[in-house]
Amino acid sequence: MGGQDAGPVPQAGHDFALWEKRVDALMILGSQAGHFTVDGLRRALEDMGEDAFETMTYYERWIAAINQNLIEAGVYSIEELGRKMEEVQARATTYGEAAGG
Amino acid sequence: MPHDHPEHHHEGMSPSGHPYRADDDTALSYWQAMEIAVRELLIEKGETSAEAVQRQIDAMDSRSPANGAAVIARAWADPAFKARLLDNAGDASREMGFDIGPMHLIAVENTPAVHNVIVCTLCSCYPRNLLGLPPDWYKSRAYRSRTVREPRAVLSEFGLDLPDDVTLRVHDSTADMRYIVLPAQPPGTDGWPEDRLAALVTRDSMIGTGLPKAPA
Repeated sequence: MGGQDAGPVPQAGHDFALWEKRVDALMILGSQAGHFTVDGLRRALEDMGEDAFETMTYYERWIAAINQNLIEAGVYSIEELGRKMEEVQARATTYGEAAGG
Repeated sequence: MPHDHPEHHHEGMSPSGHPYRADDDTALSYWQAMEIAVRELLIEKGETSAEAVQRQIDAMDSRSPANGAAVIARAWADPAFKARLLDNAGDASREMGFDIGPMHLIAVENTPAVHNVIVCTLCSCYPRNLLGLPPDWYKSRAYRSRTVREPRAVLSEFGLDLPDDVTLRVHDSTADMRYIVLPAQPPGTDGWPEDRLAALVTRDSMIGTGLPKAPA
């Protein structure tokens, strides 16, 4: 990305939502536990392709990269993830309720 | 819902002047569901705990540019500390009690002849242990792409027009190597106490997209 053309630097900012802070925390905890390195996350991010940088937000890309690395490390299986996500999505329609607060 | 806190004077804006992002009461997205699922799986498997996740969030929330400003102010006030900071910014910051983690932290000094600016073209590497989480623009495609290509134009968008005879150095961070800019001490502040100096140090002046405030 470095050196490419791009538009003006967007100056607007936002306060991080709880789910984004949790993604950040999971990145640090998973890294400290030795399940992945920053390079492993980086590789997963690069594998998503350029499209992901246009269509996904920053922490959306990160949770995808963390998940990819945890499955590769054998911490849980893709089937376990699928079942858990279905369970979470069946709980409620908002993040706050589905996360249990 | 997000706007009903009495302490916020600007509707839809946080106390720090940023608009709120979609709050917890908006529809659960696919990626939010993944965050919940990943976190709960890690807790169920004993890899982490809800308390450990919250502790990480609290630790990150407690970091702010004020930490970096305290380091910069000491460097301005204490030449021996400045020398140690330029030699090994991680160790010098640890002296002040800041947790820098395992990464290398390098302080780059602005002088009348040289201005430094930091970027992470790969992603978002940032001296987060001293400054907190990076601002959104630091992570933007535009900043990461253009800062290494036309840094003077980028700085100009931040209101910083550098004279042509000032050398501009762009430092591209990595996961293991983070930079912080040591801005030049504003004229007229010699002998000031550190807390007064720290109040002049802005976040952007430590990234290189701004300068410290002028003494009032």
